[in-house]
Amino acid sequence: MLKRLTQSAVLVAVALTMLGAGTPATRFDQLGHKLMCTCGCAELLLECNHVGCPDSPGLIAELHTQVDAGASDSAVFQTFAAKYGPTVLAAPLRGGFDDVAWVVPFAVLGLGIAAIVLLLRLWTARRARLTPASPEPSSPAADALRDRIRNETHYGE
Amino acid sequence: MPHPMPTFGTFSLYLALVLCVYAVFSGALALWALAHGRALAVAPDRLRETSRRAGLMSFVAVSCAAFALIYAAFTNDYSVDYVLHHTNRALPWYYKFSALWSGQEGSLLLWAWLLAAYGFVLRLRHKADVTLTAYASTILAGIQIFFLMLLVFAAPPFALVPGGVAPADGFGLNPLLQYPEMVIHPPMLYLGYVGFSVPFAFALGALMMRYPGEKWIHITRRWTMVTWLFLTCGICLGMHWAYAVLGWGGYWGWDPVENASLMPWLAGTAFLHSVMMQEKRGMMKGWNVWLIFITFMLSILGTLLTRSGLVSSVHAFAQSSIGDWFVAFLVIVFAVCLFTFFYQRDHLRAENQFESLVSRESSFLFNNLVLLAACFTVLWGTLFPVLSEYVQGSKTTLNAPFYNRVMVPIGLFLILLTGVGPLLAWRSTSLRAIRRNFVLPCIAILATAVALMLFGVHPWADDDATGSIYALVCFSLGAGVITAIAAEFLRGAGVVRTQTSKNLLSSAILLTRRNTRRYGGYIIHFGIVVMFIGLAGAAFNQSKELEMGFGDSIQINGYKIVCQSYSQDTNAEYDTDFALLDVFHNSKKITRLTPEHRTYFPDTDHAQASTVVAIHSTLAADLYTVFEGTSPDSGRPIIKVFLNPLVNWIWIGVGIVILGAIIALVPPVLPVTRRVEVLTPAHTPSSPPEALPLAAKIATPEMPHA
Repeated sequence: MLKRLTQSAVLVAVALTMLGAGTPATRFDQLGHKLMCTCGCAELLLECNHVGCPDSPGLIAELHTQVDAGASDSAVFQTFAAKYGPTVLAAPLRGGFDDVAWVVPFAVLGLGIAAIVLLLRLWTARRARLTPASPEPSSPAADALRDRIRNETHYGE
Repeated sequence: MPHPMPTFGTFSLYLALVLCVYAVFSGALALWALAHGRALAVAPDRLRETSRRAGLMSFVAVSCAAFALIYAAFTNDYSVDYVLHHTNRALPWYYKFSALWSGQEGSLLLWAWLLAAYGFVLRLRHKADVTLTAYASTILAGIQIFFLMLLVFAAPPFALVPGGVAPADGFGLNPLLQYPEMVIHPPMLYLGYVGFSVPFAFALGALMMRYPGEKWIHITRRWTMVTWLFLTCGICLGMHWAYAVLGWGGYWGWDPVENASLMPWLAGTAFLHSVMMQEKRGMMKGWNVWLIFITFMLSILGTLLTRSGLVSSVHAFAQSSIGDWFVAFLVIVFAVCLFTFFYQRDHLRAENQFESLVSRESSFLFNNLVLLAACFTVLWGTLFPVLSEYVQGSKTTLNAPFYNRVMVPIGLFLILLTGVGPLLAWRSTSLRAIRRNFVLPCIAILATAVALMLFGVHPWADDDATGSIYALVCFSLGAGVITAIAAEFLRGAGVVRTQTSKNLLSSAILLTRRNTRRYGGYIIHFGIVVMFIGLAGAAFNQSKELEMGFGDSIQINGYKIVCQSYSQDTNAEYDTDFALLDVFHNSKKITRLTPEHRTYFPDTDHAQASTVVAIHSTLAADLYTVFEGTSPDSGRPIIKVFLNPLVNWIWIGVGIVILGAIIALVPPVLPVTRRVEVLTPAHTPSSPPEALPLAAKIATPEMPHA
């Protein structure tokens, strides 16, 4: 058992070590994975994998040209969006209403966290008001015993 | 009779519809009479029994319809339009069987059949609680009516070909679906979707009848777990199919059809966690009811989104004009849920309140929040193109870049909670317990982060550091969670070992058997973390593409792929182009890969291309090769090679999740206590048992569950 565990640990270590051997993605790769192929395959530009695609070679060549010319990311996106329509962008990047797409999920999560913290504080405060004071203060020994009982009796959880 | 099987199938569907309508009306009438003490011409309990039997018979009727369609496929009855479009004579028998769910009408029939099967089992097991089961049975019959109406009026699977003359051969099955996993992926997924109908029906029924206590949760717990397990398997089989068949190098494309399956999974997972608070402490009753309502409605909404054409999907086969039916059904379900909730809301008052911010209950609340935030994000991303078109007049695309940026932080937060939640006690956790439980996981997190940075994960050195930072955080948190789980097992096993004198492994197994639910849950958490580690590997994916002649090679991260040969072949099913690629690692040949590019139904107007990827898979990384096609200029193959680290850990994680879920479903072996008589001056043998010291009750192992 120990041997297998050791072997597994070594395998994981090797796997994780290998991760560092990766080369950084090029800017072309990054941009190509933020654009869509327009042929209707619903794939990212650099993942459109059918030969004879009427659109992707032209788009890829254009992306190469723009990257080589030193155009900024936003300039590339604006050019592509203006030429091929906003659906060529794989994410909402045009500003304006597009920003709503990014903001709303985090806003919902943030508001949810705030609401839960507030509710928990209200509920625990109300409970503290309604519950009479503990007859005797908690001691480390009692805490330890309580923890042990909980650990040993957690059936049906 | 010119078309006996289609006629038989259609008749069976009509019969099932009539039976379900009867089951709903007789069931509702009987339950109303019983609830209000009203007399009917027939005794209400007998009427209720006829409703149950009608429900049972509807399963037989729908089974006959499913059999008729499969029989038509096996006997090449191309007078049936559906069979014509989804099979042909050369199709192997197992794919003819899977033709049942390869298209719109067939998959709806599968849905109806699975729903009828769930209902059949539920009605057979009605003695668990006759009245509650009658409510659930009536609600299920109502859901069944919707699907049967679809099959009878909107998407009939037994429609005959125009003109009624059967062609000599069919058009065949979509080649992308001719893959072994496709035989089990859709049924698994549908078992998941449909299965949520059962806890939904029980929850709605319990609310309608103001069911006392939490027994309905105990009754439905296994249903919900089994359903969740099916949906998990279905989603992961779909991921593996996408990875092994579609040839784009990934397993999850955030397509609306994929999203449609993920949403009920997320909501169902939230329900499975939250419902424990109701079981243990009688809390969150209204929340739980809405969670299961939402889970069921998301199953329907997902189907609506993908089959109505409302959102674009690569699963184009699924689009049709039945969206209006789903909208109507969804509105009715929502209205019924809302009305019942408001009418009976006083029944859902909590029996206990939160006592502390630092408690298991609050961790469940945060867990629910994160899961629902993830669910909302997926829904938001799926619907935003429609919304943006409405607001801006042009559609916006939300693909992987959006989801990766938004969902990854949410996922990391979820991993954190996976580790933190089980370490907190119910009601409140003492500071000492927090210190004791969190020290080891925190050390593991820090040690992993440092080790990874020492071994070469250097986000600061990357052009786009986001992916590697997320991966680093994911690996570190994952190590923390695994440490926390291992510590819990060791702590529990240590206690068992002191009681039983067994070795640590046997003690851990016995511990798991004694509390399958708790430790099965930990194993599921472990599996999820392993899956996340595999998913995080995507941050380090690499790919290269090259037109390869004889002897040409591609170098990718220590691997050298040499094109030895390429050729063409033809058989009855398809034409194929393939390449023979020798793979070398450190100058040593390790394998030969043969990626293919097939063209099914060549020389016809419905010719279809398909890739067959070749993968050299190890625990460290997958070397994934795709024959993308041949160059129109040189005739040489265009090969794309991906190096995808840690992908295998995703499938290993799925296996662990399945194992954990199965363990959690197994009834626990309860330790039988042995009374030890303690003779002291103060306690004679006749003393009451409660007067005995706690330690006098000693658990003995290996006693079967009573």
